[in-house]
Amino acid sequence: MAETATAEPTRRDFLFIATGAVGAVGVAAVAWPFIAQMNPDAATVAAGAPVEVDLTPIAEGQIVKLFWRGKLIFVRHRTAEEIKAAEDVNVASLPDPEADSARVKEGHAQWLVVYGNCTHLGCVPLGNAGAYDGWLCPCHGSVFDTSGRIRQGPAPTNLPIPPYAFVNDTKIQIG
Amino acid sequence: MSGHSTYVPKSAVAKWFESRLPLVGLVHSSFVAYPTPRNLNYFWTFGAILSFMLVAQIVTGIVLVMHYTPHATLAFSSIEHIMRDVNYGWLLRYLHANGASMFFIAVYIHIFRGLYYGSYKAPREILWILGVIIFLLMMATAFMGYVLPWGQMSFWGATVITNLFSALPIVGEPIVTWLWGGYSVDNPTLNRFFSLHYLLPFMIVGVVALHIWALHVVGQNNPAGLDVKNLKKDTVPFTPYATIKDFFAVVCFFVFFAWFVFYIPNYLGHADNYIEANPAVTPAHIVPEWYFLPFYAILRAIPDKLAGVIAMFAAIAVLAFLPWLDTSRVRSATYRPLYKQLFWVFVLCCIGLGYLGAKPPEGGYVIASRVLTAYYFLHFIVILPILGLIEKPRAMPGSIAEDVLRKHGGAPVGLASGASAEPNSKG
Repeated sequence: MAETATAEPTRRDFLFIATGAVGAVGVAAVAWPFIAQMNPDAATVAAGAPVEVDLTPIAEGQIVKLFWRGKLIFVRHRTAEEIKAAEDVNVASLPDPEADSARVKEGHAQWLVVYGNCTHLGCVPLGNAGAYDGWLCPCHGSVFDTSGRIRQGPAPTNLPIPPYAFVNDTKIQIG
Repeated sequence: MSGHSTYVPKSAVAKWFESRLPLVGLVHSSFVAYPTPRNLNYFWTFGAILSFMLVAQIVTGIVLVMHYTPHATLAFSSIEHIMRDVNYGWLLRYLHANGASMFFIAVYIHIFRGLYYGSYKAPREILWILGVIIFLLMMATAFMGYVLPWGQMSFWGATVITNLFSALPIVGEPIVTWLWGGYSVDNPTLNRFFSLHYLLPFMIVGVVALHIWALHVVGQNNPAGLDVKNLKKDTVPFTPYATIKDFFAVVCFFVFFAWFVFYIPNYLGHADNYIEANPAVTPAHIVPEWYFLPFYAILRAIPDKLAGVIAMFAAIAVLAFLPWLDTSRVRSATYRPLYKQLFWVFVLCCIGLGYLGAKPPEGGYVIASRVLTAYYFLHFIVILPILGLIEKPRAMPGSIAEDVLRKHGGAPVGLASGASAEPNSKG
């Protein structure tokens, strides 16, 4: 092997670099589909089409659970006291400051639509429970108010609002 | 310590085979002629017990797969099918489910044995770290296996544990979606967990092979924590001494295992897992399997989501750094008066965390969890490094043979140990 130690680049040096470069591209090209196959497939993505929800059967004070894209959503018909409790809060004092008006659609303050999985580790909080009569997560004790905002416990953020719009006064479209 | 094989093939066929593949010689030098310290106690049989448990889990698992259906709408009923319809299906499933718990009982005894006798210290660092890797693989395998019956605990356990990754800033949410293969735990999640649950035990077999290889390079530690100085006086051959002792311990352990399987097969499980997974309702009180409880308590003790997740993983990762955190040059706690007491305090701390992990996260339980979590890390990061510097070790016997004779002999020991052992005891 001593004769390969020349100052000039040899054909072997060229082959080493060229083969290495093509090999690296090949490894990356093969790794990509192997990683990407784990992401949501076409059927799962297609199941994310918007859904319409008729609000008329939801009585005042009632919380309804439904699924969109496999994720749980709460639709809560809030009472006047619940709305007042959510609005009469010093926003600056909240762990994740957000005004109640920013979490409902204008003119529809009685309707709160939030994702139904705790922002801590994904359990389903129990409705009309906890110190603020909003939600209480049974897993790790996070307490949410009647606006779905985190008030106590390990959850880092408020219950997120899914994308939705009012089609008319008694119907919303989620997605 | 391993030395060359003393195996001499006798028949012509054996000679022909050995000169082409020295397999019999390898087995002979590893499990027949291999020298084991003569002072080993029954805590040294848990390696053999764990090997048998690994085989038992793989065999029962392969058979269960012949009857199980990995689909979100069919998995739960296929488990009931195994329990009610499949011949001896109830037995195979109870063996597999309780086998996981037995595996963890044995591995925890094995780990605490290592902690007590300083088995992680030089030259056994790599051996110890391979053990930590096996422990991590076991935890991943057990977690994914628990998801497969698709009961309420399966579903919500999977949700909570995969959501741990959502604590990572920015990349957290995409990673969780990628792990799930959807926007929540669902059929794609079940399928990939099934695939990985089948794969990981064979990866464990691979790392166990490395673990045993590393063990046979550096030799076994022993209750005195002394190195082998004289092969003839300090050791006995693996066969028959260790093989019979291991075999006896394995059979005793399997009797204990059988008692669980036949008399209290659901004692270590949760009734909620006999309710099919329902993504709209979380059980009122969700807890992981018992072997995860101490780590679960650490996760819940920290009020911040990301910090809690980091602390939980750090509680396991810190074990890998143990060989360098413990500054004492004496291996065995037998000769470390302070460490001996603090070891048992640490054992109580771990049991306490396990107890708290099963309790609801409120009031005094949270405060107690925080105190014990702090102590858990304090033990590794502060106590062990300082203890090695200030502790005055007890006088040690001069050799393994002397340790044995001191306990079981009498007259000849006093003569041998008194003068000759003292100068060596600092080593």
